[in-house]
Amino acid sequence: MSLLINKAQETAGKPVVLEDLVLTTAMPTTGGSKMLDGYMSLFDAEVVAKLEAAGYGIAGKANIGEFGFDLMGETSYFGACENEAGALVSAASQLLSASEAQAVVGLDVNGVQRRAAAQAGQVCVKPTYGTVSRFGTIAVVCSGEAVCVSANTAAEAQDVLSAIAGHDDKDGTSLPQAVCEKVKTPAELAHKKIALAKSLTAAADEAVKSCIDAFVAFAQDAGFTVEEIDDALLVAARPAWNVLMSSELCNNVSRFDGVKYGYRSANAETIDDLYTNSRTEAFGELLKNTILFGSEMLSEENYMPRYDKSLRMRRVVVEEFARLFGEYDAVLMPACSKMAYTPAEVAADKFLCFKENMFTAPASIAGLPAVVAGGVQLVGPAFSDAALLALAGQFDAASKTPVACEASEEVR
Amino acid sequence: MRYETVIGLEVHVELATDSKIFCSCANRSGDEQNSHVCPACCGMPGMLPVTNKRAVDLGMTAGMMLNCHINRTTTFDKKSYYYPDLPGSYQTTQWFSPVAVNGTVRIETENGPKDIRVKQIHMEEDAGKLVHDTLSNTTLVDFNRTSVPLIEIVSQPDLSSADEVVAYLERLRSLLRFAKVSECRMELGTMRCDVNLSIRPEGSDKLGVRTEMKNMNSISAIRRAIAYEVDRHIDAIENGTEELVQETRRWDDEKGMSFAMRNKETAGDYRYFPDPNVMPIVIDDEWYGRIQGTLPPFPEVKKQQLIDQGLTEYDADLLTQSRVLCDCYDAAFAASGLAKECANWIATNCLSILKKNGQTMDDLEIDGDRLGQLVKLVGDGVVSNANAKKILEVMFEEDVDPKAYAEANDMIVSNDTDAVMDVIRGIVAANEKDANDFRGGNEKAINPLFGKCMKELKGNCAPQQLREMLIACIMEG
Repeated sequence: MSLLINKAQETAGKPVVLEDLVLTTAMPTTGGSKMLDGYMSLFDAEVVAKLEAAGYGIAGKANIGEFGFDLMGETSYFGACENEAGALVSAASQLLSASEAQAVVGLDVNGVQRRAAAQAGQVCVKPTYGTVSRFGTIAVVCSGEAVCVSANTAAEAQDVLSAIAGHDDKDGTSLPQAVCEKVKTPAELAHKKIALAKSLTAAADEAVKSCIDAFVAFAQDAGFTVEEIDDALLVAARPAWNVLMSSELCNNVSRFDGVKYGYRSANAETIDDLYTNSRTEAFGELLKNTILFGSEMLSEENYMPRYDKSLRMRRVVVEEFARLFGEYDAVLMPACSKMAYTPAEVAADKFLCFKENMFTAPASIAGLPAVVAGGVQLVGPAFSDAALLALAGQFDAASKTPVACEASEEVR
Repeated sequence: MRYETVIGLEVHVELATDSKIFCSCANRSGDEQNSHVCPACCGMPGMLPVTNKRAVDLGMTAGMMLNCHINRTTTFDKKSYYYPDLPGSYQTTQWFSPVAVNGTVRIETENGPKDIRVKQIHMEEDAGKLVHDTLSNTTLVDFNRTSVPLIEIVSQPDLSSADEVVAYLERLRSLLRFAKVSECRMELGTMRCDVNLSIRPEGSDKLGVRTEMKNMNSISAIRRAIAYEVDRHIDAIENGTEELVQETRRWDDEKGMSFAMRNKETAGDYRYFPDPNVMPIVIDDEWYGRIQGTLPPFPEVKKQQLIDQGLTEYDADLLTQSRVLCDCYDAAFAASGLAKECANWIATNCLSILKKNGQTMDDLEIDGDRLGQLVKLVGDGVVSNANAKKILEVMFEEDVDPKAYAEANDMIVSNDTDAVMDVIRGIVAANEKDANDFRGGNEKAINPLFGKCMKELKGNCAPQQLREMLIACIMEG
């Protein structure tokens, strides 16, 4: 039930907490898994170096679900986190609420951070793919995951994003410096139009919808036109993302085999036993299921009809977003279906994270920037990170008045 | 019944890059275990691959030397399997779009030339090495070799005998060595070969059951393995000794037998998929042209050029075995115009120094231009042969100008015959006994006198001239 798995002895500078997929030499990095309990990295993640260079201090490591792809951290080897009301919460958002950290930097694998920020009334930015180095983050879904920032305000999130964005030679997918710079300053939102994703919004409950309504009202006041769009192709991102995510995850966690580091079963006579028993004993149930599913998707039999089809679906989603951004500045959608999850709900449906990610998968599969604030999510074209944050910041400030988002306060 | 053998080869060649394919560790074999390793090539979490462009250069070069089409967009894929020498539990290789496809390699057979089709050349990373200690019954792993760049050259099943296989391998070796793609040394594992073999009744166009043999580390082992496997197949078909199944077999050269490793049913599904961390490599016209510009002529073309310059077939053959030797010769010849002499200096003096240092011909590092200057100094009678050899030894250690070195170290042949005659007279006078013996008909008696003169002159005299002058002096006296 710990929020901080590891706490720094002392922190120099503005305190930032890292979620535990970000490797540090000062403290162990566990990935929320028994497999890496106590694992000490030989090197720091690039974002750690960048944060320290910008005057931030690493205050500790926040608990996360095993390899960061679950619903809300419930699969952590170190235990799930709940708030006083008995709802599942992410350790990161609890730390932010308690002002123990100015910001949390993590790896957005499957949207946990965006869901958590929406539910906690915080701000989260998943930046444009390639603008923040992934060097030194434990890889899960290399093609879509991104180092993300959560904070209490959009301004704080932007400060941290500006500190960590930039080219890195150690990451082959890192974009050139001049391009990375774009996420540091807001460009103008020229269309003055926002698309409202119709069926994604319809899939959320009233509390979430009231946040969407509040944003629509705010945007119209601010001179934007908001139009409902047919989002069928964005909805189709989820199944494709689940195939890609599970497959890449299966491959990426195969390095954890009990041979070189991490957990090794004491109960092994042969090398095959060593692999099987180490992984069986150290991996949690959701992870095992996902590995099996991903392995199946990559099999000779399923590769073309499932994996390759998902890659083609990714392109369809990318093209659909590109088409939308020819007309709109951003697509407005929820980040989650409801404002709180109970442990009982999660226990009843162990694959909830593969359903609830319908709201986060579109931006993940397309590598686009997504900003959550005031309980809603804005997805924009590549490099619109700062513009989205600026807009979200204005909305966030407005929505924190007592009137807005009333319903969601009740639920909480 | 008469049978024909159908063979296709998969040849792995380690690329001669300075560093590994996805990290900056040195690509060097023979050093202490695990001395060229980093978190990336040890499969530690958090590391990302950064492609070594030089490996791509060499992959393209190999493709061009083997008349392949170069894929202008080439990509890397992940191949998953568990083995302790594979630290990430996946190998990064090229499955969907290899660097080169559809080539040909021409070999000479007893029935004349034959073109062997090359299906594809793909790049990939090597795995580590397991070291088994039978005493303590433990297995240790050496990661120096993980992520060393390889190309795998996959032929079509166009080979029909062990002789053709050997001719094909030797041709590959010659082309790739000449293009400096690899040293291709089977005994060091920088060239490895898997043999896919089946037999069928002569004249049939159907392929028989195919087996793949691994672990042959010499040409002679390959010959033995092919002979054994053909016999085993024929025996199985004619005498029903066993049922042939499509499988991978391991050649045991000591026992002279192959053993089944895994068959189709037990073979793993490698679950290939594009590696999202390695961006597709786009080879533009500039890059393509640059590599094309570095291609050497085919070794046989170069050999003929050397013969036309006046070299013996033997020397031309030797020099074209290594691009390093050949480049050194070209530079030396350009500097001196003395073809035979340059070839001799390389084939005899340079190679013997390399041998003494425990090095191979590819380790020759001396400046060919300066070697040519040295050869010319000897040819012009400015430096004696013996002194030139001493200078050559120095040139192997440090970068010296031969003429300047000869001048600074008193190694210039003296043109002052009077001074030489003075030295000779002095030596003859001091060694009357040897002089008398020579006069008396003992020809060997001149040798100590000659040696003493040469020593006194510090070698700076043409031997033939010294000999003549010495004889004249003795006979005068």
